[in-house]
Amino acid sequence: MGVAAIKEYVGENKDRLENFHGNQLLYVGWEDHLMFCAPFAFPFPPAMRFGDVIEKVLPGAFGYHPDWAKIDWSKVEWFKSGQPWAPNFAKSLAENGLRHKDVVRFRTPGLTGIKGSCS
Amino acid sequence: MDMQVAKKKLGLKERYALMTRDLGWDTTYQPMNKVFPQAEYEGIKIHDWSKWEDPFRLTMDAYWKYQAEKEKKLYAIIDAYAQNNGHLNVTDARYINAIKLFLNGISPLEYMAHRGFAGVGRQFPGVGTRVACLMQSLDEIRHSQTQIHAMSNYNKYYNGFHDYTTMIQRVWYLSVPRSFFDDAITAGPFEFMIAIGFSFEYVLTNLLFVPFVSGAAYNGDMGTMTFGFSAQSDEARHMTLGLECIKFMLEQDPANVPIVQRWIDKWAWRGYRVLTLVGMMMDYMLPKRVMSWKEAWEIYFEENGGALFNDLARYGIRPPKFLDQIAFDKDHISHQAWGTFYNYAAACNFHSWTPTDDEMDWLSAKYPNSFDKYYRPRLEHWREEAKKGNRFYNKTLPMLCQTCQIPMIFTEPGDPTKICYRESDYKGTKYHFCSDGCKDIFDHEPEKYIQSWLPVHQIYQGNCFNPGVDPTAPGFDALGAVLDYYNMAVGRDNLDFEGSEDQKNFEAWRGMATKNI
Ligand SMILES: [Fe+2]
Ligand SMILES: [Fe+2]
Repeated sequence: MGVAAIKEYVGENKDRLENFHGNQLLYVGWEDHLMFCAPFAFPFPPAMRFGDVIEKVLPGAFGYHPDWAKIDWSKVEWFKSGQPWAPNFAKSLAENGLRHKDVVRFRTPGLTGIKGSCS
Repeated sequence: MDMQVAKKKLGLKERYALMTRDLGWDTTYQPMNKVFPQAEYEGIKIHDWSKWEDPFRLTMDAYWKYQAEKEKKLYAIIDAYAQNNGHLNVTDARYINAIKLFLNGISPLEYMAHRGFAGVGRQFPGVGTRVACLMQSLDEIRHSQTQIHAMSNYNKYYNGFHDYTTMIQRVWYLSVPRSFFDDAITAGPFEFMIAIGFSFEYVLTNLLFVPFVSGAAYNGDMGTMTFGFSAQSDEARHMTLGLECIKFMLEQDPANVPIVQRWIDKWAWRGYRVLTLVGMMMDYMLPKRVMSWKEAWEIYFEENGGALFNDLARYGIRPPKFLDQIAFDKDHISHQAWGTFYNYAAACNFHSWTPTDDEMDWLSAKYPNSFDKYYRPRLEHWREEAKKGNRFYNKTLPMLCQTCQIPMIFTEPGDPTKICYRESDYKGTKYHFCSDGCKDIFDHEPEKYIQSWLPVHQIYQGNCFNPGVDPTAPGFDALGAVLDYYNMAVGRDNLDFEGSEDQKNFEAWRGMATKNI
């Protein structure tokens, strides 16, 4: 039973992939930097290079933070749905196995936000 | 010739019987279960509707008379407040943003409560219950009307009040209170009574009204304060109705207990999430503070609610789930929420700001376990940057919780440095949640919550632009187009309080009222 109802009832998923005009949603969170109050949601084409997300999109989203410029990308730890994950920057989102509404997080060891407060 | 017969005056009890219970009958042309089609599908078993105890024994004629008296007094005060420019007596213009939050976020819910109670009043086979719901339905439309009247006065002078009916349907943060009520009103009649009648009106109502009404009193807002007092006698009736309703369900059949328990778990959590907005208002938006969110939670939920759930234990009801987490989070959620509105001040119809030094010290004293360690550094950093002309405006859209629709701002139980991520797969799609509480609610009724109208996703689908807007045009300003769709005036309704039109006007008008200039 998916819902309590007086008769057979089927809901409409409002966020089906085909509603996003060729994009899929990707959520990205930066660990230990909660000055950005929540992870971000982005609509990206599945063929987009993962490295382009890092290089061309994330600076606009996270660049306000003084830690952003200090990130050593070779040391960054990645997680997908909370599990350790190793993206290939040269490959596309789809080739990296990222599907609609996947969530990735990255941790930047040594960087713990404003005065170490995880802000 | 007519005989003059001395009219017999009816006693209260007789009159009550004639004007409520006697108004009902069992239908014969159609079976009762067709006339009341929603009475059974939720699984609640009622064997004897006559066992319903009417808490107030109020009849409609007495209701009108009594409410009319109250309303007359209330409007006299609201008028006097308006004529004497009472708005210039508030502590400072930042306070008005608390009223914006209330009138945009809560008043529309009063109207939905009116609709909700009218709806369930039609669906219950018991007459006593129907009459009680009818009266509450009328109370709620009166509340929304008086609040709209109070708002119209503020709307003459300040920004952000001008289009609450559109905004409640469109603006990203207002989808939080709206979806809360939409969830309740689309549930069955019994669940609605537990959701609104019991959980909201009984368990959580003091956490909503006391902060706003005392906040108004502390900050010189007599209009809002008077509304609060006027609504108090209604609220007392609503609380009694909510309690009667839950006891009635529990006493009618032991099989009702687990169903009611699940609704209590769900609606305590849903209500608690919405109250995040109130917590933030108390800790950050009242220039003269009443008490902290944490203190309010301790008094009105932990103490009062604790006594209530001790009382309900004899029916086999336990307190709502996740109270351990809530107890931990009371040190955090108001700060996390204010940070969110500070982040997204460009897309908001009220202003935000960083607290003054005094206010930060108050927060440190009220939140010794959390404020200095986690939240002061980010607020001070923002303040420094704002002084340099680099005020933080987050322009990237946040990930939202599928259930409560709040951005994913809440942290892991026990660890305020880690955002809490939860997800479920349903029919091949992923859904994300801010907490175990929200995930639980989704997992129980996924067909309902996959339909959530999530503002961020709607923007990305292109559904939040006015007709004729072309998002593929070169140099398209997406945020600007969304704010147009929200009917928000850029540079007036949104952004920081510092430098706002509200701030300047209030200063100038108060100057005229208090000085010889
Ligand atoms: Fe109300
Ligand atoms: Fe949630």
